[in-house]
Amino acid sequence: MRRIRVAAVGAVTLSLVLGAAACGGGSTSGAGSNKQPKTLTYWASNQGSSLEVDKQVLQPELDKFEKQTGIKVKLEVVPWGDLLNRILTATTSGQGPDVLNIGNTWSASLQASGALLPWDAKNFEKIGGKDRFVESALGSTGVQGQDPAAVPLYSMAYALYYNKKAFADAGVTKPPTTWDELIATGKQLTKDGKAGFGVEGSNLSNNIHQVFVLGKQHGADFFTADGKADFTSDGAVKAVKQYVDLMADAQIVAKGNAEYSQNQSLSDFAKGKTAMVLWQTASATFAAQGMKEDEWGVVPAPVQSGAPGQGTSTNSMVAGINMAVFKNTKNIDGATKFVNFMTGDEEQKILNKAYGSIPPVKSAQTDPAFNTPGLAVLRDTLAKSSAALPQVPEESQFETVVGTAVKELFADAAAGRPVTLESVKAKLDKAQQQMPKK
Amino acid sequence: MTTTAPPRTGKRTVRKNHPGAAPRTRRSGRLRRISLPYLLLLPALVLELLVHLIPMIIGIVVSFKELTQFYLRDWGSAPWAGLDNYSLTVDFDAPVGEALLSSFFTTCLFTFFSVGLCWLIGTAAAIFMQETFKGRGILRTIFLVPYALPVYAAVITWAFMFQRDNGLVNHVIHDQLGLTDSPPFWLIGENSFITLLVVSVWKGWPFAFLIMMAGLQNIPREIYEAAALDGAGVWQQIRRITLPSLRPVNQVLILVLFLWTFNDFNTPFVLFGKSAPSAADLISIHIYQSSFQTWNFGTGSAMSVLLLLFLLVVTGVYLLFTSRGRSATDA
Repeated sequence: MRRIRVAAVGAVTLSLVLGAAACGGGSTSGAGSNKQPKTLTYWASNQGSSLEVDKQVLQPELDKFEKQTGIKVKLEVVPWGDLLNRILTATTSGQGPDVLNIGNTWSASLQASGALLPWDAKNFEKIGGKDRFVESALGSTGVQGQDPAAVPLYSMAYALYYNKKAFADAGVTKPPTTWDELIATGKQLTKDGKAGFGVEGSNLSNNIHQVFVLGKQHGADFFTADGKADFTSDGAVKAVKQYVDLMADAQIVAKGNAEYSQNQSLSDFAKGKTAMVLWQTASATFAAQGMKEDEWGVVPAPVQSGAPGQGTSTNSMVAGINMAVFKNTKNIDGATKFVNFMTGDEEQKILNKAYGSIPPVKSAQTDPAFNTPGLAVLRDTLAKSSAALPQVPEESQFETVVGTAVKELFADAAAGRPVTLESVKAKLDKAQQQMPKK
Repeated sequence: MTTTAPPRTGKRTVRKNHPGAAPRTRRSGRLRRISLPYLLLLPALVLELLVHLIPMIIGIVVSFKELTQFYLRDWGSAPWAGLDNYSLTVDFDAPVGEALLSSFFTTCLFTFFSVGLCWLIGTAAAIFMQETFKGRGILRTIFLVPYALPVYAAVITWAFMFQRDNGLVNHVIHDQLGLTDSPPFWLIGENSFITLLVVSVWKGWPFAFLIMMAGLQNIPREIYEAAALDGAGVWQQIRRITLPSLRPVNQVLILVLFLWTFNDFNTPFVLFGKSAPSAADLISIHIYQSSFQTWNFGTGSAMSVLLLLFLLVVTGVYLLFTSRGRSATDA
């Protein structure tokens, strides 16, 4: 009898505890406080060749920060596949990190959700002012005319990477500067089971980056000035067709690339199976794949033949990582201090060197380490010929629907089905209809 | 929650000093006996509420809200959308509804084949395994391996095997057997339906096998012996004895397989990633995309509620018919 009584009491207690635990969930009131001034949680994006590499790069710097300020930073490196979902979940529950990295193309979308601390003049002052940052990088921090949702942390740009040995073997002396030249060179190099050029056909974000730049070269923007989706303009259709035609028409891309989504095109390049790839800041990945620095060369990404020509015509998106403060932070002063630390000259040099990226902070960019031939190409592209992806709240939806359209067109091309202006336009039209109505 | 038995100490003193109060004690004792099962069920009930019911109700509420990215942080403040989310999802002439409908049909077709094959292979294997032969134990164990493996690890392996250029599948059917002119794609395009089916059946049939094996243990051997004496062959034995005896087992098995397969998310997600090819666009993936990729949780929830209703109706009708059929045979 006593045992049963104990069981009954235990059962009731357990139920009460469970109920209480559930009710004790998040409170989503108000913006940032200073309730926990001694700790910070930091979600870092995966910048190195593995999560482990990132921890090794970041931890010594976080220790340094703790020594300076007494604030302990708990680090979590979040893989790219999970990062956006984790941020969305944290936004809805109000239980998230204090400081986090975001892909800079998400800035406007996350800004709209209200999850991130706006960087007004007062906040910028705490990290040395807005003027410290490079103009192009600031262009990818949120909707024009609003306070930025994040500050630039690492900058990257697209460039054309080529295999020096493959070029020498085929007698190519000058890397291509226009798309026509790229196709001609690609045809020379496509033989014996090797391909001239590599794409990442099932990687939605990468598809977007590529067709966005081609769109710019054709005078298309994918969004109207007042922020409405505009996927089926002549320029947009031509841009998408031109990209898919590298496989469908020019046939300098191996058909198998249509299903690549996990950077297989980079490992193909590192293994010498493809001779060229168009990628952002790829040097660290090549090194991790065992390719030596003198085996590959890098030149600015190609542009259309004729005017305005290379150096002026857009040939890259403004790629990069921004750093944001979560509005629900319980240590808002510590969070801004941490952003100040990470965007300071010293840390900018250390971190960008480690990741092979370019500092978006002007004073750090002058360091000779960023003047190597490989990095100078990226730096110049960022300064002169890069454009920010549309800074509209629907950017992430755009990546999904148009990225999927390009993926499906690659699947068509790989299956030998014709890719025409009509079929491209039909796919883009379908994509546009899936966008939320305004 | 605090309607437990009255304080013990109080009762004891009552009994000691006032014998006349005994009936009340007996009643409260009975109350305690009756309430005990409920008390013991309470933790499970609370957990069920927390884990299943409350999220489900919130989901239903959200489906009537315009919960887009603009209201994520404080989603209680999202404006009510009335039936807008539902009218958007069932407007089959518009792209959203059309895509949902085609995803629904794909899922139905996929479920039909997957459940059918799982059942067929599982039942056949279970029947063969009834005979005692050398190595039966080992075979049984091997058959259960797919069921025991963690889904993610297993499906990632399949994704590698189905790669076009370096995958094992194409190596065998194209490079070694020369069955195709060029190596086919398995993870994009129309073939992705077959890929999904193969992985799903591979993963699902051991469960059917396990349940059928358990069911077969309950059929007395004497019936078979009697049937054999009467001259029934193997086929007749299976048709007239095995299958009818397994009827109640089958009823549950098929229902469970149906629900699992129809709702399967892990397999297509791990195989195809965030945007499944349209030939393999199962409804769970479709809903995930409609909510997480486009950040429109209102529409996503409306789709989920419709899916829930559909599954409830199917389950209800199925149980109604099968139990009526069973009581007819019982009678």
